[in-house]
Amino acid sequence: MTIDWINFTPWAALAGGVLIGAAASLFVLLNGRIAGISGLLASLLETGGEGRSEKLLFLLGILLAPLLWMLFGTLPAMEFQSGWIGLLVAGMLVGVGTRYGSGCTSGHGVCGISRLSPRSIVATVAFMVAGFATVYVLRHLLGG
Amino acid sequence: MRKLTSFAAGLLFGLGLLLSGMANPAKVIGFLDLAGAWDPSLALVMVGAIATALVPFTWARKHERSLLDAPMQLPTKRELDGRLIGGSLLFGVGWGIAGICPGPAIAMLLGGHWQVVLFVLAMLGGMLLFSALERRRAC
Repeated sequence: MTIDWINFTPWAALAGGVLIGAAASLFVLLNGRIAGISGLLASLLETGGEGRSEKLLFLLGILLAPLLWMLFGTLPAMEFQSGWIGLLVAGMLVGVGTRYGSGCTSGHGVCGISRLSPRSIVATVAFMVAGFATVYVLRHLLGG
Repeated sequence: MRKLTSFAAGLLFGLGLLLSGMANPAKVIGFLDLAGAWDPSLALVMVGAIATALVPFTWARKHERSLLDAPMQLPTKRELDGRLIGGSLLFGVGWGIAGICPGPAIAMLLGGHWQVVLFVLAMLGGMLLFSALERRRAC
């Protein structure tokens, strides 16, 4: 294994993680809700259900965060590595997979591990392993 | 008040995603590429987030009501079943292909990249497909 020191950004990553953890903490301490993005999105796709405005406003906050960021600086780079077929397949898999698995990086990876949920720890290991394996296959076996 | 705190927490969450590097698919794939030049940054995102959230979530587990007197709505499922593991594996494959997970997808949506729009539409389509399959199963 070689470390990519050029792209390694430990302080930004840690500080960003602290903000994410603080936001998830505020949401559970004040609103009593899990900041799981796939779960919030899916519940807004259904009709009815409780707390729709709170869920919508949380997602709206994420959506508008780049505008707040741009008051102070330029947005970080967003570089894409897949074409439209890859994005379409990936989006479908993320949509279906997070529903069957009841969560994603935020709901399981941050909130779930923070409350020491065995389900979330298992889910996080599963999606990390699948992510590592997928990149290995696409980059090193198929040579994309 | 709870609407305001929802929005503020969402804003903070989005800023965290942007600062952390999660909202850059190339960086996410750099983290998932163990066999290439590995960028460990995103492991530190998890460390920072969990270290910050551990005590608040421990408090939340022990309380029935939030500080703003909302019911504490924590997941109640306990079983480690095929749906949890299979679903998470599928999600991981999608994450590995595009380097995008749901939170960053929302945070990048207004960034002016068609790729994010397509990804989000496909993701919402996948969620609707799941709901349709569940309804058929229930019949």
